[in-house]
Amino acid sequence: MSLINYSSREINVKIVYYGPGLCGKTTNIQYIYDKVSPDTKGKLITLATEMDRTLFFDFLPLELGTVKGFKTRFHLYTVPGQVYYDASRKLILRGVDGVVFVADSQNSRYDANIESLYNLHENLAEYEMKLEELPYAIQYNKRDLPDALEMPALEEELNPKHYPAFEAVAVNGTGVFDTLKSVAKGVLRNLS
Amino acid sequence: MVRTNWKVFEEDYWAISTTLQELLRNSNSTSVILLDKTGQMIASVGEEPRFDMHSFASLCAADFEANAQLAKLIGEKDFSTLYHQGSNESMYLARVANDIILVVLFDKKTTLGLVRLRTKKAVDSLGAVIKRLYNKLEYENEEYSEFDEEFTAEAELEIDSLFSD
Repeated sequence: MSLINYSSREINVKIVYYGPGLCGKTTNIQYIYDKVSPDTKGKLITLATEMDRTLFFDFLPLELGTVKGFKTRFHLYTVPGQVYYDASRKLILRGVDGVVFVADSQNSRYDANIESLYNLHENLAEYEMKLEELPYAIQYNKRDLPDALEMPALEEELNPKHYPAFEAVAVNGTGVFDTLKSVAKGVLRNLS
Repeated sequence: MVRTNWKVFEEDYWAISTTLQELLRNSNSTSVILLDKTGQMIASVGEEPRFDMHSFASLCAADFEANAQLAKLIGEKDFSTLYHQGSNESMYLARVANDIILVVLFDKKTTLGLVRLRTKKAVDSLGAVIKRLYNKLEYENEEYSEFDEEFTAEAELEIDSLFSD
């Protein structure tokens, strides 16, 4: 939910990284945190378990700078991927302005991707939202792994409507900013 | 259901700030923050915090929402207030209207009883301001729209320069 404050001249928008467990959502956010200049980022909040799995969410506020007199800020969230944290995922989607779906390219995670994407549609529907109406991009992560499926096979199953799609290796940053830029621009275009 | 998009206009912002200032003074607390249920900060008054305010707002919203789910499990609609007690600093959170949360940070200079009493009054005042703001958003007209193609073009340039390896 974008919040525009005309008095303090601020715009805040919310982008959520969705996807199955261990697909690399937190890795995306961590890479962004490491790369953007210190004066544009806030504190990276991670609510994780001892095993480094996201328990509730990761949160990173980023300041875009001043655009036409408005200080513009992105709030990046990740959801916990594991199936049994559905209540948390639902809460984090509340008021979302744009979505990145991080898919795991490995053959062994094929079904997990499909299940998570289905779950995304279901949870958005609870807020009377549709993915088609949101700025959205899909990122195929872990392209460097030996059992990564071919892109056409992934596209056919996970992205039949051909939303913007990016190949990525989030651990070294490949595709991370391209994905974020695509959704961030879509979110700001929606304001005008 | 939470509002999908909303805006705070100048006069409403000042009405909100005035109420928060009164609460801060009357309750002798250290900071008062208003945020929405999605974790976006609307206004804050009081001592400059030592922490990142936006992260704080996001965690407060998550805290409130997680507790609302707990409330449902035990058969309550929600918990309209929450209290977190620390050895030096404490927090009191209260729901204002459906989508808004008021957070009061206080230390040993005051008491929970006073904070609770003053917060209740502030929640009523803020509720009226928020209701007025929502009504305004229902009938919003073009004059508030400052986000044109020029804005989009400028924003895209900023995005390209910020998000690069």
